[in-house]
Amino acid sequence: MARYDRAITVFSPDGHLFQVEYALEAVRKGNAAVGVRGIDNVVLGVEKKSTAKLQDSRSVRKIVNLDDHIALACAGLKADARVLINRARVECQSHRLTVEDPCTVEYITRHIAGLQQKYTQSGGVRPFGLSTLIVGFDPYTGSPSLYQTDPSGTFSAWKANATGRNSNSIREFLEKNFKETSGQETVKLAIRALLEVVESGGKNIEVAVMTKEHGLRQLEEAEIDAIVAEIEAEKAAAEAAKKAPLKDT
Amino acid sequence: MLDTTALESFPSLISHGINVAGEISAPPSFQLPNSNDFDGFVKETIQMVKPAKGTTTLAFIFKEGVMVAADSRASMGGYISSHSVKKIIEINPYMLGTMAGGAADCQFWHRNLGIKCRLHELANKRRISVTGASKLLANILYSYRGMGLSVGTMIAGWDETGPGLYYVDSEGGRLKGNRFSVGSGSPYAYGVLDSGYKYDMSVEEASELARRAIYHATFRDGASGGVASVYYVGPTGWKKLSGDDVGELHYHYNPVTPSTVEQEMVEAAGP
Repeated sequence: MARYDRAITVFSPDGHLFQVEYALEAVRKGNAAVGVRGIDNVVLGVEKKSTAKLQDSRSVRKIVNLDDHIALACAGLKADARVLINRARVECQSHRLTVEDPCTVEYITRHIAGLQQKYTQSGGVRPFGLSTLIVGFDPYTGSPSLYQTDPSGTFSAWKANATGRNSNSIREFLEKNFKETSGQETVKLAIRALLEVVESGGKNIEVAVMTKEHGLRQLEEAEIDAIVAEIEAEKAAAEAAKKAPLKDT
Repeated sequence: MLDTTALESFPSLISHGINVAGEISAPPSFQLPNSNDFDGFVKETIQMVKPAKGTTTLAFIFKEGVMVAADSRASMGGYISSHSVKKIIEINPYMLGTMAGGAADCQFWHRNLGIKCRLHELANKRRISVTGASKLLANILYSYRGMGLSVGTMIAGWDETGPGLYYVDSEGGRLKGNRFSVGSGSPYAYGVLDSGYKYDMSVEEASELARRAIYHATFRDGASGGVASVYYVGPTGWKKLSGDDVGELHYHYNPVTPSTVEQEMVEAAGP
């Protein structure tokens, strides 16, 4: 087994590409990131590890724009993310130059996934150690989309998904609680999902909402705190409601 | 087997200029011929090809769509080499290109554009816009700038935004517009086209205007003639409306009526 993880262009006897699987491990150690698609918006939420006191938190934005109508959040190696994001931004502008139209979310996802795949089949390079969540609006139909890519270069569209640390628990929560939502409800669903694995508080979560009219909007810490408080209140009320009938019997 | 050498080499300068490591690499190029005076050589090549823009093509947008028309004469200096050249090229069922300049250049690059448009459809599950298609062609022609291509073409089509018409040439120019005429006969065609044009024409009126403009250009321009073909591009794609020999059109527009003197002489001569 040890012989097959040095040169990534080599398959192991049982059909594994170990470098790609190790890259997925790196993703699993990264910050949790969640994406939820609503009827008229898409929400991205990312776990923020507490920033050091002297660090300027504004320079550590985890949810970024690829174009006016497309945004990306990722889990994994942040340096790899920077490179991939730059290449994607160039491709978005290149597309605008060659066909005089903004690209669709599917197009840029396909491009990013293609890049990630290229690095699993070239000599002397290692795969990108990150999975991305790409959200945006289709410039022709106006409908919102959410896509996910991973280090192997596969991609698919999702109604809601999570990646990074504890993504399985978040995905389970989403599978149980997902329903078509819009506006603030979508934001709440995304934050509730993230709170399953993150300590609550505005300073541990970064949330951004993308709408067709206003593009990407990062939520302020105070806004997030307010929504978290709402969620806690709803949870408490639900707990109380559960206990109350029991008392009568 | 499809020859893909021309397909791969010059898609777009920006994406090909970035290699795996993310750096900008040198632009693609091919070997230049050995000659003492390369600039003179290039000028000579261009002069050799120049007379070939002897043609008349025109296209205009009107209320119902796009009308495209062209003559069919090919000339080599003073010799008319063909009267049956297809100067309107069918890129795909909803897009047409016109030919002016080097016949081989126009035919090949229009065919190549058709391939790229189809690949775009397959990859993106939607048709390419006329804007996008004309941009693809213009980028290719720009990358061959100065290498002797001679192409003066109009891309006409119907896409989601309605009718589209662009003029693209081998200097790398690309213009969006409502009315274009390209070729040695274009001044004459413009005269008739501009004076008779109304946006609110019917398909019949527009096709008659197009046909008349080509006829008048072939009448005065020695390098234009043959058959005046007229195509219409509408929401369901293009359709060829007519292909009339311009010699016959001449007598259609200028019917012969014998004068009274001649008529009397004929009668006097008797059976």
